[in-house]
Amino acid sequence: MELKEKLIASFMAFEERVDVDADLHNIRTSAIQNFESKGFPTKKEEAWKYTSLNSLLKNDFTVFPKNENTIQFADVKKYFLHEIDTYKVVFIDGIFSSFLSSTTHDGIDVCLMSSALNKPKYKMVIDNYFNHIANKEESLTSLNTAFASEGAYINIPKSKVTDKPIEIMYFSTGSEAALLVQPRNLVIVGENSHVQIIERHQSLNENAVLTNSVTEIFAQKRAIVDYYKIQNDNHTASLIDNTYVSQQQESRVHVNTFSFGGSLTRNNLNFYHFGERIESHLNGITIIGERQHVDHYTLVHHAQPNCESFQDYKGIFSDNAIGVFNGKIYVEKEAQKTNAFQKNNNILLSDKATINAKPQLEIFADDVKCSHGCTIGQLDETAMFYMQSRGIPKKEAKALLMYAFSNAVIESIKIPELKQRITKIIANKLGVKLGFDL
Amino acid sequence: MLQIKNLHASVEDKEILKGINLEVKAGEVHAIMGPNGSGKSTLSAVIAGNENYEVTDGQVFLDGEDLADLAPEERAHKGVFLSFQYPVEIPGVSVTNFMRTAINETRKANGKEEMPANEMLKFIREKSELLEIDRKFLSRSLNEGFSGGEKKRNEIFQMAMLEPKLAILDETDSGLDIDALRIVANGVNKLKSENNAIIVITHYQRLLDYIVPDFVHVLYNGRIVKSGGKELAYELEEKGYDWIKQEQEA
Repeated sequence: MELKEKLIASFMAFEERVDVDADLHNIRTSAIQNFESKGFPTKKEEAWKYTSLNSLLKNDFTVFPKNENTIQFADVKKYFLHEIDTYKVVFIDGIFSSFLSSTTHDGIDVCLMSSALNKPKYKMVIDNYFNHIANKEESLTSLNTAFASEGAYINIPKSKVTDKPIEIMYFSTGSEAALLVQPRNLVIVGENSHVQIIERHQSLNENAVLTNSVTEIFAQKRAIVDYYKIQNDNHTASLIDNTYVSQQQESRVHVNTFSFGGSLTRNNLNFYHFGERIESHLNGITIIGERQHVDHYTLVHHAQPNCESFQDYKGIFSDNAIGVFNGKIYVEKEAQKTNAFQKNNNILLSDKATINAKPQLEIFADDVKCSHGCTIGQLDETAMFYMQSRGIPKKEAKALLMYAFSNAVIESIKIPELKQRITKIIANKLGVKLGFDL
Repeated sequence: MLQIKNLHASVEDKEILKGINLEVKAGEVHAIMGPNGSGKSTLSAVIAGNENYEVTDGQVFLDGEDLADLAPEERAHKGVFLSFQYPVEIPGVSVTNFMRTAINETRKANGKEEMPANEMLKFIREKSELLEIDRKFLSRSLNEGFSGGEKKRNEIFQMAMLEPKLAILDETDSGLDIDALRIVANGVNKLKSENNAIIVITHYQRLLDYIVPDFVHVLYNGRIVKSGGKELAYELEEKGYDWIKQEQEA
């Protein structure tokens, strides 16, 4: 049976298994209907022109894992930023692990989507936010919505600065030959509040994993959200990340995406503005090789005057790696005095590596500043010679240049430990030890 | 220290150096002068090991060792330093971090431990004072947004840090105002010792008022056509390069 049929057939069984109220049932039902009519996206669709899911979907994915699996903290410690100085919402094969997690209800809610969906006291929040900003027409988002049952639920009331970062971690153990997981995260950040979140998907062995994740982020007035996505999974794991950000007046949201690992990664990152003087920041560093594939598909929808958006995506591609950057900026007629900037710089280290870059600007207002710049090049040979002539070996010189290239984005990381961690991952990736921390 | 024997080099099949012979001993300062396009920068690039230039004949020896098979960084580790005519901007890497990497890589290649951080800072401070470099400058990205003079001063600062055996200064005077020129020359003079040697490549005699050469060579059309003492530089300044050209063509 093809995966699509299998999923549709599983839906009934799934709905029987979860406790649902009528509203949720209706949301799920229309979602599965949308998925049924659209199916998995194919290269015939403009938005998926450079990324094919075909070979990935040939895996016989298990939709519901049979066993609950446990892992020891010591074995996965390295994937966390901190042992104690972070809140943790941890899932193993899609199932919440209370043992590895450190959640809270003390002034802020850092807990589980399943509780939020099922417990009456959260009903109002769910009614007001769940599936409100996610694109109901997009088939993979719909697929996730249909099966949405677990993930991180984060609700920060107004005027709260969270005392420590929140780590959302999805482990897959590989107990199934091939596993499909569909996490669903909901993040609500109240007026004047500030939160830092790190999201990571990590598979722990070589069995195939496909993650189709949806995250909805609501930033209320003057809220500040720093969201970091670390994509450094092993080569049999693929990720489709659908993130939707809703911003109210004067809010500031940064989403930083670090794509270093995985087989196929698609990031659908969407920002919608519902107030004035909003700032949206989208940053990305992609460093991939072999046959890895990373596709960034971004949208910033400017609907109100005096808002700003900044996109800065750097990519380094070696071997047969394929990169895609499609950045869409949509400026509505009302959105005067918009500043929308987009930068996409790429380095190809091999003749066989590919980057497909496509800026897409649709502007209907007449008093705006919008720009996009895309570069594709090789490492600067003169700079290489310059560094070598000062005694820095070729390999280190190359690494240093690549650091320098991605530095603007590394500098935007606001959590010092995370900055160090990312620097270290990049250094490992490039196979060098640098004599300093950037 | 440096011996160049019948050196021929080309770039993209065009022969630029057509048989250079030169010997530089420890403690000496040599000036290489010549009109534009005579091969001055090519000569410095070839000594430093730039792979864009192909050595078609002849050899370069440093302390008796043929440099032919050595990569630029290996030459640097053996004590060759080239001050660039156009130093490269490297955004995102601070002057300090760059120097720390360069020094520790050189030490590593020579079987030494990395320099401890506090010692490194002291060393950097000492050498930056020599070149009258502001401390703030050291945390800026290497050469990014530096003025022409700042770039050149930074080159000599790096030379001071790396303490090379053989330093080649390629048009270090171009783009310098008189104050910067004095600072740079002063720095170079302080670094000069009996154990190292300096090759100054320049178009004009101006720099040689400050860094006084023991020998002056005139490069023309890929060959050294005249050698002499420092007075040769004054003669060139007075008569211009046409004098050399006419002599060669006669």
